Amino acid sequence: MHEHDVLVIGGGGAGLRAAIAAHEEGADVAIVTKLHPVRSHTGAAEGGINAAIREGDDWELHAYDTMKGSDYLGDAPAIETLAQDSPEETVQLEHWGMPFSREDDGRVSQRPFGGLSFPRTTYAGAETGHHLLHVMYEQVVKRGIQVYDEWYVSNLAVTDHDDAEDRECHGVVAYDIKTGAVEGFKARNGVILATGGTGQVYDHTTNAVANTGDGAAMAYRAGVPLEDMEFVQFHPTTLPSTGVLISEGVRGEGGILYNSEGERFMFEYGYANNAGELASRDVVSRAELTEVNAGRGVEDEYVYLDMRHLGEERITDRLENILHLARDFEGVDALEEPMPVKPGQHYEMGGIETDENGETLIDGLYAAGECACVSVHGSNRLGGNALPELIVFGARAGRHAAGADLGEAEITKGKTAEIEEEDGLDTPVEPGAVPSGDDEAVADGSDDVAADGGAAVVDPDETVRRAVERERTRIEELMQKDEGIKHSDLRADLQQSMTENVNVFRNEDGLKQALEDIREVREAYQDVYVNDPSRTFNTDLIHTIETRNLIDLAEAITLGALARDEFRGAHWRQEHQERKDDEWLKHTMLSWNDGTPELWYKPVILEGEDKTYEPKERSY
Amino acid sequence: MSTQVPEEKEQSETEQEVNAETEAEISEGASYGDQRRDQRDAQRRQSVSGAPADIEGESFRLKVFRYDPEVEGKMEPRFDDFAVPKQKGMTVLDALIYARDRYDTTLTFRHSCRQAVCGSDALFINGRQRLGCQTQISDLEEPVRVEPLPHQDVVKDLVVDMEHFYDQMHAVEPFFQPEEDPDGDLEEYRQTRENREKIKMSTRCIWCGACMSSCNIAAGDNQYLGPAAINKAYRFAMDEREGENMKEHRLNVMDQEHGVWRCQTQFSCTNVCPKDIPLTEHIQELKREAVKQNLKFW
Repeated sequence: MHEHDVLVIGGGGAGLRAAIAAHEEGADVAIVTKLHPVRSHTGAAEGGINAAIREGDDWELHAYDTMKGSDYLGDAPAIETLAQDSPEETVQLEHWGMPFSREDDGRVSQRPFGGLSFPRTTYAGAETGHHLLHVMYEQVVKRGIQVYDEWYVSNLAVTDHDDAEDRECHGVVAYDIKTGAVEGFKARNGVILATGGTGQVYDHTTNAVANTGDGAAMAYRAGVPLEDMEFVQFHPTTLPSTGVLISEGVRGEGGILYNSEGERFMFEYGYANNAGELASRDVVSRAELTEVNAGRGVEDEYVYLDMRHLGEERITDRLENILHLARDFEGVDALEEPMPVKPGQHYEMGGIETDENGETLIDGLYAAGECACVSVHGSNRLGGNALPELIVFGARAGRHAAGADLGEAEITKGKTAEIEEEDGLDTPVEPGAVPSGDDEAVADGSDDVAADGGAAVVDPDETVRRAVERERTRIEELMQKDEGIKHSDLRADLQQSMTENVNVFRNEDGLKQALEDIREVREAYQDVYVNDPSRTFNTDLIHTIETRNLIDLAEAITLGALARDEFRGAHWRQEHQERKDDEWLKHTMLSWNDGTPELWYKPVILEGEDKTYEPKERSY
Repeated sequence: MSTQVPEEKEQSETEQEVNAETEAEISEGASYGDQRRDQRDAQRRQSVSGAPADIEGESFRLKVFRYDPEVEGKMEPRFDDFAVPKQKGMTVLDALIYARDRYDTTLTFRHSCRQAVCGSDALFINGRQRLGCQTQISDLEEPVRVEPLPHQDVVKDLVVDMEHFYDQMHAVEPFFQPEEDPDGDLEEYRQTRENREKIKMSTRCIWCGACMSSCNIAAGDNQYLGPAAINKAYRFAMDEREGENMKEHRLNVMDQEHGVWRCQTQFSCTNVCPKDIPLTEHIQELKREAVKQNLKFW
């Protein structure tokens, strides 16, 4: 059994920042990641980091823009923390050597981004995430922080108290991808989940293949609520054939969107008369699809994004990476012709419920970055707000897990006095785990914590040991079958249904269809098998376990989307074309209760440090 | 656990041949949702940005290196043939994924971002180091041979051991070491646009290992730092924010027996770099700087 003070699961931006922060607090910290840290998906972020670091800007403006962008579903204490901590965290990256783009005076450059009232997006060309990831990995190397790379964490070691609020997390179980060994990792102080997004729920996504939402699914099944999962961000400019992201920086620098008639539709059809292409992402994504549906799309699928007029010099200086992406992945020379673009899944705004210090409902379990929901993005994330989220909340989680006193959090966790139960959501099929015999439940990874009878296990060592035994049994079960269904077929069916039914435009029939499809996939998963008998680098096995995680998260997204009968931010409902503040200024919460998803709500916190954010109509 | 292989080997080879013939036959062996999947595949091909997406009956032919150290029947390296339906815009990585998901789920390779930034799918494709995701298969001569990166230990199929590469990267103190801090937490180091431009290309490295694999010198000298690590050192040595003393220290690290002087300017690293980093030039520049530093008594 490996043992450390703090275990960070995931080696992307949030994980690296958490590890550095915990190390600075004096903790013995280790990172466990299924990739190598420099392979993490943070490296694909292009646009930049919002931080109020210039005269004329201040954190309160950043907080206001973010609250408005969220369509008033963000929690003010989280948003204000983001805006307050981001300047120092961003300049910290510069002090670690990050090669930001520069102004004539040698200071770092900033540029305009969608939904921002000040050009506060700090950037390094159109490859900001790549530099952020590498700079932080360099700091991890400098500090000698231990990294277990290519170790796949497949479950958490959580005590089996009946009530999730009483449970404690003492570590994780991880699978050494290179050798097939299943081992326990004990955390004396805390486990920080920083496992990133869940874009693989969809088949057209900017996300990496590794983004399977493992941390969110594991925390969910261990009893931590998932929050606001229905709010999935679709980025308006992705390449049609691959989903590769074309940064919002293109529009920030003055790029223009055209339809097939050559019309600048954002203005022409009044989608955003003031901000045009720089309206927030939900607005632009819907505008594009409305154009396509009205027959003004190109080849009935996409629209054009044109940056030729910016001139070669400016493009090369600030957006060079975009030229390479357009050429390599779409065969388009963006200096000579406009780029085809369409909306693609980009970011999961919901996630593991945490407070400002990264703590979850379960003692000793933290989450930060895209897998978490603090919540700073509410129903729509502003471009340039993901990277500050990683560093701000990664650092806070790291410090807190290492024992630093960050003060009492204002965001509450779990079911408090103010919660509201969902009364009777009409679902076409039973959501949640498929009832089955014990053996299958183990192979499925879905056995609930107290299921196997006997006395409750609460001792830390015993908790980790038992979790390891469960995972060994689960993996044996998966490997022993000689025939069955391939995970790749199930994953493809799941992605297809989600893309058809739970996309930018949603309606009740589609959402119900998705729930039926998810149920079908879940039942079929009972017969999933791993064809590869090898203990060496068995990606067949890893993808099989990941697919189970995708099923649970797809269901959480869809249940939330079906329940929320209003139109807010990224969540558009055909039958409900208005924001209903009287009913819906609340977070959708989902708890895994003995295999049954339980839906409830908690109020949004609109009271900030010294002001209340009054919901207004959002116009750009 | 490791017994079903000899059988499976024969079976999988014949199956692949047969499966490659027609779409109809591909779906025959499957047991779940066949019809839906075929419809979906047809839809997908149509949706790939117009054009004659799928040319009836035509396929790309892949020859893929296979090896598994612990599974009987797979311990002897071999090549497996796969046929993948032609689709516009298909990359070598797409083809590998198709082959894995449709024909043989044991086919093993690293990949993640699919957009040339995670660096995990550097492979030896038709005799050259390339990123699978960045290589259009239609640009290559058939059959397309896909092998693991040369000069690295093969773990399984197309996966190589990257430990030595990481060790070399770590050996050059790959982290920013400025001599003085700016005044105040919110004050930045100043860096001229020109200086940022100078280091820009060197900061693009994605640690894919293609350069190291292509380098004859690195193949023969295990201690040679290699192009990626030297480029990393260049990135810091040339960054004006670190200061002159630190630059001197970095040049000393480079000015060693297994440092920059091992490079014989064969340009193979520069030729294969998927991010167009002028690696050889960077190594030469460090050689010049090291010489200048040694002659400082002038």
